[in-house]
Amino acid sequence: MEYGTVFIILAIVFGLFMAWGIGANDVANAMATSVGSKALTIKQAIIIAAIFEFAGAFLAGGQVTKTIRKGMVDSELMASTPELLVYGMLASLLAAGVWLIIASFYGWPVSTTHSIVGAIVGFAAVGIGMDAVHWAKVGSIALSWIVSPLLAGTIAFLLFLSVQRLILNTDSPFENARKYVPYYMFLVGFFISLVTLFKGLKHVGLEVSASESYLIAFAIGVLVMVLGRYKINKIKFDPEKDKDFHFTNVEKIFAILMMVTACAMAFAHGSNDVANAVGPVAAVVGIVESGGEVTQKSAMPIWILLLGGVGIVVGLAMYGHKVIATVGSGITELTPSRGFAATLAAAITVVLASGTGLPISTTHTLVGAILGVGLARGIGALNLGVVRTVFLSWIVTLPAGAILSIIFYFILKGIFEA
Amino acid sequence: MVSKNYMYRLFGRSPIKPLQTHMEKVLICVQELIPFFEAIIANDLTSAKNVQKNISKLEKDADKLKKDMRLHLPTGMMMPVSRTDLLDILRLQDKVANKAKDIAGIMTGRKMTFPEGMGVIFIEYLSRCVDAAAQANKTVNELDELVETGFRGSEVDLVKSMIKELDQIESDTDKIQIKIRATLFKIEKNLPPVDVMFLYKIIEWIGELADQSQRVGSRLELMLAR
Repeated sequence: MEYGTVFIILAIVFGLFMAWGIGANDVANAMATSVGSKALTIKQAIIIAAIFEFAGAFLAGGQVTKTIRKGMVDSELMASTPELLVYGMLASLLAAGVWLIIASFYGWPVSTTHSIVGAIVGFAAVGIGMDAVHWAKVGSIALSWIVSPLLAGTIAFLLFLSVQRLILNTDSPFENARKYVPYYMFLVGFFISLVTLFKGLKHVGLEVSASESYLIAFAIGVLVMVLGRYKINKIKFDPEKDKDFHFTNVEKIFAILMMVTACAMAFAHGSNDVANAVGPVAAVVGIVESGGEVTQKSAMPIWILLLGGVGIVVGLAMYGHKVIATVGSGITELTPSRGFAATLAAAITVVLASGTGLPISTTHTLVGAILGVGLARGIGALNLGVVRTVFLSWIVTLPAGAILSIIFYFILKGIFEA
Repeated sequence: MVSKNYMYRLFGRSPIKPLQTHMEKVLICVQELIPFFEAIIANDLTSAKNVQKNISKLEKDADKLKKDMRLHLPTGMMMPVSRTDLLDILRLQDKVANKAKDIAGIMTGRKMTFPEGMGVIFIEYLSRCVDAAAQANKTVNELDELVETGFRGSEVDLVKSMIKELDQIESDTDKIQIKIRATLFKIEKNLPPVDVMFLYKIIEWIGELADQSQRVGSRLELMLAR
């Protein structure tokens, strides 16, 4: 390939830029519920986000990356013209990046996932041909965008109902919180590790069978539970604090649970959203390294996932912390018991999607989960107008990403084939 | 850019806290009636006038809180309690303060005094009516706990028992009102008729403090029933 090195460098630069953007902006939304409910300080949130976003990207990000990289476009069609796919992937990265900049400038609730999927489908359908798009796969992705907020909302609703029944609505909520909250912690640890293990950790040199997965996940769950119980036992009931609001002490226990859930959320976000940035990079690198082979039988190099993880953490450190601080301090109406239900529901949904290789929007899922808690009469006031714009935005983002990527595709084609 | 963040905008301002702040203000306003009556009984017109001014100011403050809350309750908010319920409770709360202002206003304006020997029973009557407002405030104060528990379980029972107590206080004030009217009836022929007319009016209005407070409680109860 003539411009092989140039392509790889361009892909890495664009991909890093996307990952940086996700770290700077998107992570704040994922962490907002934790900071807003005062369960975490901003510093803690950033440290948790950095560690678990990276872990999620590295350990569980492979499946979605694969979908972005080769799930939506029929590369067989381009066996003779591999450079077209390279242009397309570069154009998609640029398009999504540019669209995200425009959107965050105007404050539009735009999802990185929707922009990158729109961009890839756009260049493939127009630049190459309608047949080049795996419409069935794209259809299932679009369907998952409808299902994920609904699923997260339902889980959040049920989780919150269980919290009400087991803890809040009893005669001794504090005692019951101490009793039951560790089990929720077990649930978080068990579930997240199980999905991650099931999907396979071959790329880090760890091969486990199904039964071993259950065992390991169970062990991790118990570990989380024991650590959590230790921290909970350190909380002493302070009657002074309950004078004004009778659930202050109970919420302190939920704050510890929320810490665990925040880790899960950062992990989930890393596992799904990092693929938006590194998927196209992986595609470009794959084609160039195999000397123009588009079928891409080779496994994806691990350093690409690392690249995405690093990009996110750098974005978070440079700019994201400010966004977390502002968004978090703005969300004051969320107590840890609600924040936990919403965040855990979103994290479970996103990790499930990551496991099946479906790129979904973390933010939309989280908004769905928050609405679920709202439906259980758990939140003081939710602005439904904002909910409407959030969900409308993905309909706008698809054509916007597509049009931009088509433009960039033809520009890149013009430059390199002139 | 951050202020435009949609996660941030998704969460509206909870209407519960402003509602509670308003009721607290109303209660403070109503409680001022006690020093006002004491000043009237002591024939201290200047301090009565000062307290009346203060009551009027507190009522204005409550009014401002009411308007502010109404402005912050746009449609299209998803809340654990309905907008109609909230606005209704707010309106009822505000009426308690209005009544307090009216009582102080007309008594200062007409330089009213209580008939010889009736001061004690008036204070007793007023105190019980202020108790009703205090109980209403206590009940409204449980609203954030109700939201926390999602309007279920033992918290609901607690609030229901508070409302029951509020009803009890109101029925006490009715009994004192009968007593006070009877006392006044016995001596009314010796007093200037117009003054007596207004005294009856004041008795009625004081009673309305308790009635309105009870209505706040009933409205809350209706809200729980849904």
